[in-house]
Amino acid sequence: MENTIVALVEDKPGVLNRVASLFRRRNFNIKSLNVGRTETENVSRMTIVVDSEGVDARKVEANLYKLVNVIDVQDVTNQPAVHRDLALVKVSAKPEQRGEVASLASIFRGKIVDVAPDSVIVEITGTEDKIESLIELLRPLGILEMVRTGNVAMMRGDMSGKRYAPSQQ
Amino acid sequence: MKMNGAEILMECMVREGVDTIFGYPGGAIMPVHDAMLKYPVHHILTRHEQGAAHAADGYARASGKVGVAVATSGPGATNLVTGIATAIMDSVPIVCITGQVAAHLIGGDAFQEVDVTGITLPITKHNYLITSADEIAQVVREAFHIARSGRPGPVLIDICKNAQLEEIEFEYPEGEFSLPGYHPPDHAPMEGLKKAIELIEAAERPVILAGHGVQMSGAMEELKMFATKTNTPVAMTLLGLGAIPASDPLSLGMMGMHGEAYANEAIQESDLLLAFGMRFDDRVTGLLSTYAPKAKKIHIEIDATEVHKNVTVDVPLMGDLKTVLSDLIPMLDEYDHEKWMTQIGEWKAETKERSIMSWHDDGKLYTAHAIRALWNATEGDSLVVTGVGQHQMWAAQYYEFEKPYKLLTSGGAGTMGYGIPAALGAWFADKESDVWLIDGDGSFQMTQAELSTLMQEGASVKIALMNNSFLGMVRQWQEFFFDKRYAATPISGPDFVKLAEAHGIPARRVTKPEEAMDAIKFAQETPGPVLIEFQVEMEEAVYPMVPAGAPLNEMLRRPIRK
Ligand SMILES: Cc1ncc(C[n+]2csc(CCOP(=O)(O)OP(=O)(O)O)c2C)c(N)n1
Repeated sequence: MENTIVALVEDKPGVLNRVASLFRRRNFNIKSLNVGRTETENVSRMTIVVDSEGVDARKVEANLYKLVNVIDVQDVTNQPAVHRDLALVKVSAKPEQRGEVASLASIFRGKIVDVAPDSVIVEITGTEDKIESLIELLRPLGILEMVRTGNVAMMRGDMSGKRYAPSQQ
Repeated sequence: MKMNGAEILMECMVREGVDTIFGYPGGAIMPVHDAMLKYPVHHILTRHEQGAAHAADGYARASGKVGVAVATSGPGATNLVTGIATAIMDSVPIVCITGQVAAHLIGGDAFQEVDVTGITLPITKHNYLITSADEIAQVVREAFHIARSGRPGPVLIDICKNAQLEEIEFEYPEGEFSLPGYHPPDHAPMEGLKKAIELIEAAERPVILAGHGVQMSGAMEELKMFATKTNTPVAMTLLGLGAIPASDPLSLGMMGMHGEAYANEAIQESDLLLAFGMRFDDRVTGLLSTYAPKAKKIHIEIDATEVHKNVTVDVPLMGDLKTVLSDLIPMLDEYDHEKWMTQIGEWKAETKERSIMSWHDDGKLYTAHAIRALWNATEGDSLVVTGVGQHQMWAAQYYEFEKPYKLLTSGGAGTMGYGIPAALGAWFADKESDVWLIDGDGSFQMTQAELSTLMQEGASVKIALMNNSFLGMVRQWQEFFFDKRYAATPISGPDFVKLAEAHGIPARRVTKPEEAMDAIKFAQETPGPVLIEFQVEMEEAVYPMVPAGAPLNEMLRRPIRK
């Protein structure tokens, strides 16, 4: 089981460290964590996917919310939200195999973004599931290198996720 | 006005109400000590920075104000760590100021550079690194606010040397400041209160569990009203002692590992636990899977991370205890719970029989008797500070606390060495007050260097040193659970009377029960610090005891002795 939590945090030095330190100290397991800027100056947004097997996700949220620099915490798991992960996958491919890679990628709306004599880089965006599927198909060709951003999520329309409030435990 | 950063720091702290600072100087904090000379503050030079942190903690607990400790960078800062950890475990508001190397040197392993914000991240409520003078005023205001509001706790401010020396045009920033991510709850929602009332109505065997939160929130009167109106007995945590008077018929005394047997029995038999500002620490629950199995639970708590942490509760009420109780009390009906109170009365009687206090005088000096003599001599009204160990538990059991804010002890962290410096801090909170330190010979020796501080400051702390020549509490565990193999627990000490006298502190030694009262009177009549060494029984055990990891009602009881 995993939960996807979106936290808005003050963009100050050390905030990432505070969040990471909290997860370590309370023995919560991070599956992926993404940090980036937002529409508001001085506010960053973290999308944290936590392993909620054996840990009540509310505990994670309460602890995050308690950090002075954390402004807002929402759980977007099983909510009407758009989830995206981005992966760059470097696949071993001789010139004659490039076509195969390109067609596999295009089935998933991925594309080749770099070509070298013996390899290509595939870029793919989508839900984690979709990316996993493409990776499985590319694996037999030989994956040389891979990087993923980790999940980012945004609620649809004017909805918000399950917003954490201490009074609603 | 042109001021340097150190002066700005002092100006802002004085505006926060600071007039007493515990600290130790060094290269990276020199400008701050220098600036202190211009302000109406008294700086107490402790003999170790750990002492400064504990003294700030003792000052804070005794005064209700924020305690301040100041140290230099590197080893000065790391020496504070135990004191900070002690403060966070017991929710004590202190602000620690540490010097740091100049900003341009950070990360380069400069002389006495230590990443103190990194080190203290998990043991502070919040911390700050300041690299320029213009940040100081804002940070100091935030730091004091965070330390004292919500669930209080330690805040650390690490200030680079260049920021202390930098001169800027300064005007105090009046008005609001914004902490967009910091909103301690106050009132609990009505919906929750209604659910709580339903459980209270249905309860036949309710017990209130009063924690440190009662005193932190100043909710003693509300607690009393709640308990009286619903005729509900009140068990207290170690830090909760004093929440209601020990002599109150509704008091069950202390719960937990060394709590009263009847308090633990009552909790285990209860059908409704009302947890007020406490956090179900393992020392009060015993084995969690067997804890209060028949009870519904209502938890009033200001820190949301404490709710459902150890014990899943039926109704959490997030808010300030005093506020929530004030909202709840008018909604309450009156109850008598007569059968329940009778049952508890029977358990109480059984305990009396086992109490060491009912023993006939056998000529031996027991810590319990010394503490009882102290209680008599001080009319149960002294402020009591303790070390950690058996003597601490006996102080909790036998110095029956009638008033709040009278017991200063390291509960959550169990920090040996807390005693002397915390007593020093407590005395500075109110120099007219009667401060007794009940210490163990092991705990005492951990911070005994602070005797010099007591003397230098003329701090009138009376020390009752319970010398059993053992690290007694560990010895007790060895006796019960390690076949009496006393590994690393026999401890010798100096001649404590001579040690005190070497510091210019008058001292007496007590070896027989009949000498106790005289010695205590001597301490009371002699101005300034005094030490009384009680040479107590070496192998006495604290009862009752719930062995670690055992169910709360499986207590080792004191054998009945006629
Ligand atoms: C700093 C620290 N180190 C070790 C311990 C473990 N410990 C708990 S109680 C105790 C013995 C305390 O001995 P003493 O102060 O003489 O008190 P007594 O139990 O004999 O009354 C020890 C070693 C501790 N609580 N704190």
